[in-house]
Formats: sequence, structure tokens, C-alpha cells
Amino acid sequence: MSRFNGVDFYEIDSLLTPDEIAIRDSVRTWVEDRFLPLIEHAYDEAYFPREIIPEVAEMGLLGASLPEKYGCAGVSATAYGLAMQELERGDSGLRSFASVQGSLVMYPIYAYGSEEQRMKYLPRLAKAELIGCFGLTEPDHGSDPAGMTTRAVRVDGGFRLNGAKMWITNGTVSDIAVVWAKLKDEASGKERIRGFIVDCKAKGFSAPEQKRKHSLRASVTSELILQDVFVPEADLLPGVEGLKGPLGCLTQARFGIAFGVVGSAMACFHSATEYAKSRIMFGKPIGQFQLVQAKLAVMLTEITKAQLLCVQLGRIKERGNLQPAQVSLAKRNNCEIALQIAREARDVLGANGITSEYPVMRHMCNLESVYTYEGTHNIHTLVLGETITGLPAYR
Amino acid sequence: MLQLVCIKQVANTETRIKVAADGTTLDPSGVTWVLNVYDEFAVEEALRLKEALGAGEVVLASVGGAGVTTTLRNALAMGADRAVHLKTDDPAPDGLQVARALSALVTELQPGLVWMGKQAVDDDASAVGPMVAEMCGMPCVTVVCKAAIEGGVARLEREIEGGRELVEVPLPAVLTADKGLNEPRHASLKGIMAAKKKPIDERPAALGAPGLERLALELPPPRAAGRIVGEGVAAVPALVQALRDEAKVL
Repeated sequence: MSRFNGVDFYEIDSLLTPDEIAIRDSVRTWVEDRFLPLIEHAYDEAYFPREIIPEVAEMGLLGASLPEKYGCAGVSATAYGLAMQELERGDSGLRSFASVQGSLVMYPIYAYGSEEQRMKYLPRLAKAELIGCFGLTEPDHGSDPAGMTTRAVRVDGGFRLNGAKMWITNGTVSDIAVVWAKLKDEASGKERIRGFIVDCKAKGFSAPEQKRKHSLRASVTSELILQDVFVPEADLLPGVEGLKGPLGCLTQARFGIAFGVVGSAMACFHSATEYAKSRIMFGKPIGQFQLVQAKLAVMLTEITKAQLLCVQLGRIKERGNLQPAQVSLAKRNNCEIALQIAREARDVLGANGITSEYPVMRHMCNLESVYTYEGTHNIHTLVLGETITGLPAYR
Repeated sequence: MLQLVCIKQVANTETRIKVAADGTTLDPSGVTWVLNVYDEFAVEEALRLKEALGAGEVVLASVGGAGVTTTLRNALAMGADRAVHLKTDDPAPDGLQVARALSALVTELQPGLVWMGKQAVDDDASAVGPMVAEMCGMPCVTVVCKAAIEGGVARLEREIEGGRELVEVPLPAVLTADKGLNEPRHASLKGIMAAKKKPIDERPAALGAPGLERLALELPPPRAAGRIVGEGVAAVPALVQALRDEAKVL
């Protein structure tokens, strides 16, 4: 198969700065050289190739858009997105690892943490000396996180946490967990959602891995169980109260997903195109048949549209005007088209499409998760519905 | 120690190249430009030596037009300290001219080591390294696949037919890098951001007169279509005959 050189039918590179292109290309080459040789075996055997973590950190892929002061690269939002695109062309599990560490662990510490917390945690998280996870979703509360039952109570010197979280990427391999729990406000008596940096070695904390997945097999997914876990006062995130805390993190992560899945779609498109040009049936390449050409034409069109959404989304974010609903639109659209492209690519590859010789079925299975996690497709539809009408359907 | 690494921007080897209307140069339209792969080994080796010594400076130099800046930035992103861009509008100066421009810089900077790739993958001339060495009165070791530099002496291994040659030279010297010397690093995001702020000194390249004239550039003739001589065992004699008489490979 010829080397992957990206998809750029609409001169999208002309909308990018030289360093954004350099970042994308460097991550692309790194994924090609260092990650792709590991992924099929890891996916088959259902493990995250942890030996790659130091290199992910060395490349500066953890919290890449956060300031240099905290040991991060300080790249533009668009450059960060393009890096996620290239990681996800490798595998959604790799992008998920970087997304969780960067957007769901480092970002809340950066955005809602004290300066002491930032200096204590961010440089070590950027170097992957610490691995983190994000505990919001619960077994019985997915799309409706406000219904969470995990609770924190004030005790001498800090808090005691009780509850359970589920579908937590990196959980079992984490050193710290950003856990969201309800805490009763002493003055008003009302419960507010607060963020806590929980030491995963703390007494009462456990994170059993969720096994036997048919998707994101090269990614660690876990439950978090908190039984009377003590969290010192210094590890409460002081800067935010309420659901806007975790939702602010998810907006960051979804931004990365909107770019990321374009990478999966490109991998599938590339694979399908190469296959269609070389697979001979009825005496000619199947790429010469109209039905196959129609599929490839739709793939290229949808990838191009998704790329344009991403670049503009990045520019809005860089200007500081990003609205969560704009991220919902891109996450919703791009996951949908990526999944559709993966399915069509599998079809183009025929029986070969189901084997691990090609990346297509792996991406397809991964995208079933990405379509659903970090705001399901349906929930993002309702976010847009509320934005259009002013009428929330989920309340 | 200052190390000078001379790099060349070349067309990506996957580019479907076209000859320009003048018949002697490459049509630049639609070409993706990259760092010559052998120069990448040279950059990496210089960086490793600097890191091992814990001191010194790695300076890049490249001869070419305005577009060369991108390649210089990409190599700076690997970790080099600064760059000198020797500018020219000539799309294809010959080896002698490039060597002249570079040796003027060598004289100025007095590097302990001059690195470059063993050849550029576009014209495969392998000329510039030995020429620079000659002009600057330095020893030159080409096709280096292993290097150990200590105390003003370079101990080098060269890939030669059927084996390796071990060579020792005093510094300063010109060394040209072969594949296998190292595995070049991928530029990190931090490296790329830092490279934006690194200085690129632009000055005209003192090329002088060309030493050779390129008369024509031609693409290889398109390969003739294959031929099926027959099927099954019955076709074997015809195939053997064709391989012997037409292809002349038996």
C-alpha cells in the first residue's frame, strides 16, 4: 500500500500556518513509524501499548495547547486538533489516551485549579510521569450527569468521597483521577457538583478494568469505585462549581474528537482507494465500477466537508468565541460521517475488510464508541435542537 | 564545538516529477519539498554529539530559493540552534557552486565538524562533501555509518562493498552520512514551536561560475506493457526463451 499522505482535495493546507502543517506532518510520521507497527497486535490482544507512552509525552502530545510555563507545547487549537487527527488515524484508543490526559485531566487542573495545583500536576502529566483519568459518567447516569450519585462530605482536613464511575478511559493505569461529586454547600444546604483530584493509591479507591469490549480494544476502560476515599482540602479544584465544570472539559475533548475522527475516516478512505485500484474482478480493477466510485466520491466529499468544519472550529476557538453547541455540531457530524465511511470502506474491501490486514474494521468498531462517548449522537442533536429553538428537549 | 550541517531541500521521492519547459530543470508545480533523507541522518548525528558533549552549537546551512526556509525550520525543529540560508534564485546550481558557497561559510564559522548527507536524493551527485573538504583543506570521510568523536579525533565506520572500513581522522573534518548511522528523531511539538523563534540568517550565496552545464533532463521512457506468453506447463519453454532472448536475464 502506498504511504499515507493525507487528504487535501480543497487546498485546506492553504488555511493552515507552516507550524500547524509541520506539527501535523511530524505526528503523522511518528504514528506511521512508531505506532502503526504495534496496533494490530495490541487490538487483537486487547491491551493499550503502554511502551509508547514515554514517546507520546516526548512528542509533546499531552496537553499540547496548554502554556509552556506548565511544560506544555503551547500550540494553536487547530494544531492540537490536527495532532489528534493524526493520532486517531493510528487508532481511536491512542487519541483517547491523549484526549483524556490533555483535555479531561490537564485542562480542568489548568482551568479550575489553583496555581499550586497547576505547578504540582501539569508538568508531570505532560511528561507522563503521572497518568490521569476523568470520572464523570456513572453506571446509571450517562447522558444525564446531573443525576450523579457520587457524593463528597466534608471531614477534618478535607473530604470523604463515595460512589462509582463507569466507562473511564485510563482508569486502571492512572495515578490520579479527576472525580466529579456532589458536595453539600454548608451555607445554603444545596448540593453542588465539585471536582476533586483523587490519588488512585488512596485507601478505598479501586479501578477494575472493563474487559471483553468489541470496540476500543487497544484502550483501557475501567470502573472507578470510591469507598470512603479521603481527599485532602488541597486537592479540591477551587475554580468551578456545578455541571459547567465537567462540561467545560468535555467541550475541549469533543473538539479533539471532531478532528480525530477525520483521521479515522482518512485511514479508511485511503485503504478503500488503494484496494479499489488494485483488486481485480471481472477483469478490471473494482475501482473502475460505478458503484465503487460512488462510494469513494461520497467519502472524499464528506471528509472534505468535515475538514472545513474542523479548521473553522479551530479558528473560532483561537479567537476565544467557541460555543459548546458549535463543538456539538462538529462532533456529531464528523463522528457520523466517519462511521459511515468506515462501513462503506469495509464494503469496498469485501471479505478482506473484516481482517486485521487492513485497518478498516478496527476503525469501524472504534467509531461505534466514539459516536456514543463524550455526548452521544442523539444528545448532540438535542443540544443543536435547543440552540435552534431555545427549547430544551431533555428537561 | 560548532558543528555545521549542510542540508538540501529536495522533491519528495513519491512526487511524480515533470521536467520544466526549459528542458533542464524540474517543474516545481505540485512538488512536495522535503529534507534530503541522508541530510536527516547528518542533522541527527550532530544533535546527538552535541547532547553527548553537553555543549556546543549545531548550525544548519542550505543553498536555495525562498522555499528552503520551510525545510530549514523543520530541521531546526529537530533541535538545531540556528540556520544560515544562502539564497539564490538559480533552481539548480551545480555541485561546485554549492560547495563554493558552503566553503565560504565554513571559513567564516570555523566548525569542528561539517556534516552532510552522502548524496542528495534528487541528483545523486555525491559531489558537495568532498568538494567542500578540498576547498577548506580538511579531511573528508564519506558514507559514514558509525561515528565516535572524542578528543579532536573522529573514529568512523564506512559501508564498503562486502564489509566495513574503519577510519580515523583529526578534526576539523567533513563527514557525509549514510543510512544506518542513526534513527532520526521526530520533531516534537515543542521543538516545532521553538523553531519558529530560532534565527535564520539570510544572505546571498556566493556561487561563482558553474563548473558544468546541464544539457537536458529526461524522464525514463515509459515501460512497455507486459506480455503473457501462454498458460500452464505448456508455456514454460516459451517463457524461458523470452527470458533468455528478449529480457536477457538468463
